[in-house]
Amino acid sequence: MGSMVGASVVRKEDPALLTGQGRFVDDIQLPGMLHMAYVRSVQAHASVLSIDVEDAVGMPGVLGVWTAADLEGLSPVRSAPGMDRPCLAGDTVRFVGEPVAVVVATDRYKAADAAGAVVVDYEPLPVLTTIEEAMAEGAAPIVPGQASNVVMAVPLTESDAETELAAAPHRTSLRIRNQRLAPVPIEPIGCVAHWEPSGLTLWATVQAPHPVRNELSVMFSLPNHQVRVIAPDVGGGFGAKASFYAEYLLTSELSRRLHRPVKYIETRSESLVSMTHGRAQVQDIEVGYDDDGKLLALRVAIVQDCGAWPDATGSGLPTLTLFMSGGCYKIPVIAASFRSVATNTTPVAAYRGAGRPEAAYLIERVVDVVADELGIDSLDVRRRNFIQREEMPYPTQFPGIVYDEGDYPALLEDLLGKIDYPALRAEAESRRTDPDKPLMGIGFSTFVEMGGFGPTPMFEQFGYIGGWESSTVRMNPDGSVVISVGTSPHGQGHETAFAQIASDALGGVPMDRITVLHGDTGTVQEGIGTMGSRGIPVCGPAVQKSADGVRQKLVKIAAHLLEADEADIESDGETFSVKGTPGSSIPLSEVAMTAYKPQRLPEGMDLGLQVMEYYEPTNLSYPSGAHACVVEIDRATGAVDVKRYVAVDDCGTVINPLNARGQVEGGLAQGIAQALLEEVVYAADGQPVTSSLIDYQIPSAPDLPAMETHHFVVKSSFNPLGAKGLGESGATGAPQAVTNAVIDALSHLGIRDLDMPLTPFKVWTAMRTPRAAEPAGSTELAPGQVPDGLPTSDDDSTDTPWKVTP
Amino acid sequence: MKHDVSLRVNGTTTDDTVESRQLLVHYLRDTLGLTGTHVGCDSSNCGACTVLLDGVAVKSCTVLTAAADGAEVLTIEGLGSTEDLSPVQQGFRQCHGLQCGYCTPGMVVSATGLLLDQPSPDGQQIREGLEGNLCRCTGYQMIVESVQWAIENGGPGAAARAHADRAVQAGKR
Repeated sequence: MGSMVGASVVRKEDPALLTGQGRFVDDIQLPGMLHMAYVRSVQAHASVLSIDVEDAVGMPGVLGVWTAADLEGLSPVRSAPGMDRPCLAGDTVRFVGEPVAVVVATDRYKAADAAGAVVVDYEPLPVLTTIEEAMAEGAAPIVPGQASNVVMAVPLTESDAETELAAAPHRTSLRIRNQRLAPVPIEPIGCVAHWEPSGLTLWATVQAPHPVRNELSVMFSLPNHQVRVIAPDVGGGFGAKASFYAEYLLTSELSRRLHRPVKYIETRSESLVSMTHGRAQVQDIEVGYDDDGKLLALRVAIVQDCGAWPDATGSGLPTLTLFMSGGCYKIPVIAASFRSVATNTTPVAAYRGAGRPEAAYLIERVVDVVADELGIDSLDVRRRNFIQREEMPYPTQFPGIVYDEGDYPALLEDLLGKIDYPALRAEAESRRTDPDKPLMGIGFSTFVEMGGFGPTPMFEQFGYIGGWESSTVRMNPDGSVVISVGTSPHGQGHETAFAQIASDALGGVPMDRITVLHGDTGTVQEGIGTMGSRGIPVCGPAVQKSADGVRQKLVKIAAHLLEADEADIESDGETFSVKGTPGSSIPLSEVAMTAYKPQRLPEGMDLGLQVMEYYEPTNLSYPSGAHACVVEIDRATGAVDVKRYVAVDDCGTVINPLNARGQVEGGLAQGIAQALLEEVVYAADGQPVTSSLIDYQIPSAPDLPAMETHHFVVKSSFNPLGAKGLGESGATGAPQAVTNAVIDALSHLGIRDLDMPLTPFKVWTAMRTPRAAEPAGSTELAPGQVPDGLPTSDDDSTDTPWKVTP
Repeated sequence: MKHDVSLRVNGTTTDDTVESRQLLVHYLRDTLGLTGTHVGCDSSNCGACTVLLDGVAVKSCTVLTAAADGAEVLTIEGLGSTEDLSPVQQGFRQCHGLQCGYCTPGMVVSATGLLLDQPSPDGQQIREGLEGNLCRCTGYQMIVESVQWAIENGGPGAAARAHADRAVQAGKR
């Protein structure tokens, strides 16, 4: 039978999910279960003068209302030292949506009613919505105990690269605002806590049940074995479900007090202000380069908006951005620093890519800007700076950050083989002077990112006990297989992919004889979880190792039963036979059964067929890719239409091409949406403008193009599978491909840079904003001239109905 | 205020007394235990709660149970079973049209409703037909291909057709 690794197998997960038999947290009903609802702050920054709970407490079905004062002694949510976040705001609220009180009632309607009846009296405080306001002279610190709103300031390198920048023939600066995004998994956060005499059980929408167990264990001073965290089916996470939320603690505490199970399910509107946001960086960049576009020095200074309570993971994410800021290029010196700043907004943490998309966007915009400055093709700038295949593994200037095997020049050439770039370029040029057709632009992204998080020293910095992963493979007496893995998938298809790896490692045991379990600290051995594109590169080798251990034992038993030498034993997944001895064979099920019959086992062999393995990666893996995007821009509306998106990704070994395509396309969707649609917006007073799916636009089907995805495989030597991970590649590769295409389409208007999202309004405004057009190609609009059919600048003063906020 | 309601859900008649404000999705999930219908938003944007109501795909978070009195409802549980997936369900399986599975029941029901109305939509019509259903995992192309697979392999399927036919006979569709 052929190898399962590399086969497009339909998923084991699907039949239940397709028939409504998935089990998500909100599907859980327990006898006597109560419902918790939050009272959330409507102020961005205010003193809490009083909380009147009297009406709420008296409402039907209400078991109680609790404020911070009622929960004294309850552990805060742990974060960076000195920045622990209380579960409920005490005398100060710091962002709109911060919980002020909790209500528990017998059903979700009554809980919502009672939450609405709690009256909070606020005295407004100065609101610091932006990092600029928060860093201004004299701005009061938002986080108590901090000297300023700069809660973390890290010069990652000693050099500021000023000498090298000053010596470079050319020097250009760029400021990029990588906008704040909302992760928006379609299932919001939810949990059910049940505190019993034997301990606490929490079902929760988490990506990492073991770390959540560890946190609860510390917070309640309970030993690990008395806390069980279960991630049942989880409806997407994208990094946001890797953070710890106060509701896990509060439902647990209230279950302890009320002796009944307590459920909490956030609404979408709550989710958009409560679930952690992502990105939210401002990057100041200087680049030095020569006449050929060779990059000589790069300086990157990042300001990370942390929101009101710096998240344990989120506040340090710029480290990853800076590590990856050189992209797939050889840059002699990079000066890197960041500051993390508190603002009166929702906390910011990991979102698909978590720090690396910000880096890929930065450096891929830099190469396009350099090309633009020199008047050469950006592909030539890329080619002149690529790290070459023979230079890999490639140690970057950052200690421990060593790129594994990849072939960036070949990736780009492979991509160019799939598009007719000269023809596209000619078409784009002709469009500039043809007012009857939409403008057209071509953008590229040649990127590298990090996957396979650990190893342990790296992952410890983000609060995890290790960067390893675990697998137990057990063969049952009938030859079927149960695998427990430490990762906790929420859409990635681990049940299928790990079964494929195990099937091969076990010598071809059929897929339908293998079950993969996960997401339960009560039944799965120690694990870490699913984030950072680590499932296949880190847990995959653990599955492979443990399955191989079982196979080795099977071979020993088969050799014993067949009275042959181990080296002569062959198997096809269903029978074992002796090489060159026809008729001498034994079914796998009999070999498996023998493992549980002490009298039939070889002398000294232990009973059973179960092997547990941990796998600690030697380093991160580095997935890479080359993407091309072709856009059209409507001259009258500024609307950007992605006509073509071609992605060539190198994720190393591909386990399941069907799953892999899904991962890449899903990531691309989020990346394209970052470029064109999405942004979390706050009004000047700190009120969220995008607090429902009416206002925060994640893409629907007509918003996205059909994507063309391809693989280019260079195996990693950093793990035995040769896999690099690909969960985040699409989201990392896409934004700059789209932005570069849009800027390309507009370049003849003198437009050199625009920040995402490139909404019709932003593009339209840029198209009609007078600027010093470049001498070459400035054929369409002179400064002050307005595109045909558009209102003149006089209309700016009138409140036209089509004028919308970008 | 309470209302006596009688609905036929997945072929079974159910009589209950419900509060005025109860949403159909909560009746299906909490009272009937049909938890395949999901809630993903509170503004009728995501479509995870989509069911067929008298032959038409509707968002059950935007229908009051009391207003559905006398109606026939088909949920994801009624479309097919693991042993006998409907063509749309099978299409999603074959073409990897789902990842986390949370939007999936609504997406499958919506696609089924689309194929009841329009037997062979093209790619763009499928995209527009599913505009009211949000998926954050797939990027939609594999969903489009899933629906195209269903079009080639039986369309909306027997259970949905029978459901729609009854609605037509009752003069509701």
